[in-house]
Amino acid sequence: MNRYYWILGGFAALVALLAIGLGLNPRDVPSPLVGKSAPAFDLTILATPDKTLGPKDMQGKVWLLNVWSSWCVSCRAEHPVLVDFSKKTDVPLIGLNYKEVRGDGGFDMSKMSAEDEKKLAFQRANTWLTQHGDPYKLTVMDLDGRVGIDYGVYGVPETYVIDKAGIIRMKHTGPLSPDVLGNKIMPLLAELNK
Amino acid sequence: MNIRSLSLALIFATFLGSTAAIASSTTEAAIAADPVAEKRLQHLSEELRCLVCQNQNIADSNAELAQDLRREIRGMIQAGKSDKEIIDFMVARYGDFVLYRPPVKGITLLLWGGPVALLLLGLFVLLRYLRRRAMRMADDRPLSAAEAGRADALLREGDTK
Repeated sequence: MNRYYWILGGFAALVALLAIGLGLNPRDVPSPLVGKSAPAFDLTILATPDKTLGPKDMQGKVWLLNVWSSWCVSCRAEHPVLVDFSKKTDVPLIGLNYKEVRGDGGFDMSKMSAEDEKKLAFQRANTWLTQHGDPYKLTVMDLDGRVGIDYGVYGVPETYVIDKAGIIRMKHTGPLSPDVLGNKIMPLLAELNK
Repeated sequence: MNIRSLSLALIFATFLGSTAAIASSTTEAAIAADPVAEKRLQHLSEELRCLVCQNQNIADSNAELAQDLRREIRGMIQAGKSDKEIIDFMVARYGDFVLYRPPVKGITLLLWGGPVALLLLGLFVLLRYLRRRAMRMADDRPLSAAEAGRADALLREGDTK
């Protein structure tokens, strides 16, 4: 009889382990960038294509970097949360538009010139922000996703909290929910801005 | 068509489909001219996990990110970077999770040690079972003359009823 308790106990432990495993989010891979300097970039600004912006321009400020794209379905779900955020606080929210054209999948990039890609990307990003509201202080354009690689982007949308010294303090992968924003990001921002 | 030949055909088609997919991903890699560099690219991208599909390496995956990362690796090979520098580049951005062979350290101890621990536990249980069984068998000595006589008597008693 004793032995059956062992088997039953082992089975229960296995079920518990699997249940915990199922509850975890496999996409939530801890980023090694947390605690490190935000990787440098110098990208064209959507609203003023003759100017560029990089993390060094944001030194001394606590800011958010939000990776988005018009083809990204989850970004649409996240967008109202960001619009709401931008109305409530004056923490600068910088948009990083990630592979606006070539990430879409609907274009044959071998037939498109760099000039055409740029024009189309700016046009699509502007249209999207006009339609859905623009929560961003500025949006910069990462046409080929090269900056995205430096930031370890693997699923849009992603959001980074960067402090006054330019250190990444938090990364959130996937759409921001009011819960994550209110209970995790807002307290962090308040603390960093002290 | 009966069910047997139908299922055979389906299996065959699946197999053909998968080999075609492999072929297409390798032709892309074969574009670059340098065979040594291509071999290194192939080797490196087999060691790295695609974070979009998670259970594929970036050599097998056709996800956008995997293509970008292969392009990135190719660039680094052409720039003369060593394999270690390239792997470090990936780990700095995506963490240990990007490695199919995670390094042995505190957090991966269970991952590396787990199978060995389970094997040892299994051996321990097996040995204990065998020893107990040997003891039980040692107890099973043949009946003495007196015991045999008593058993016979009991059996006979049962028969007469």
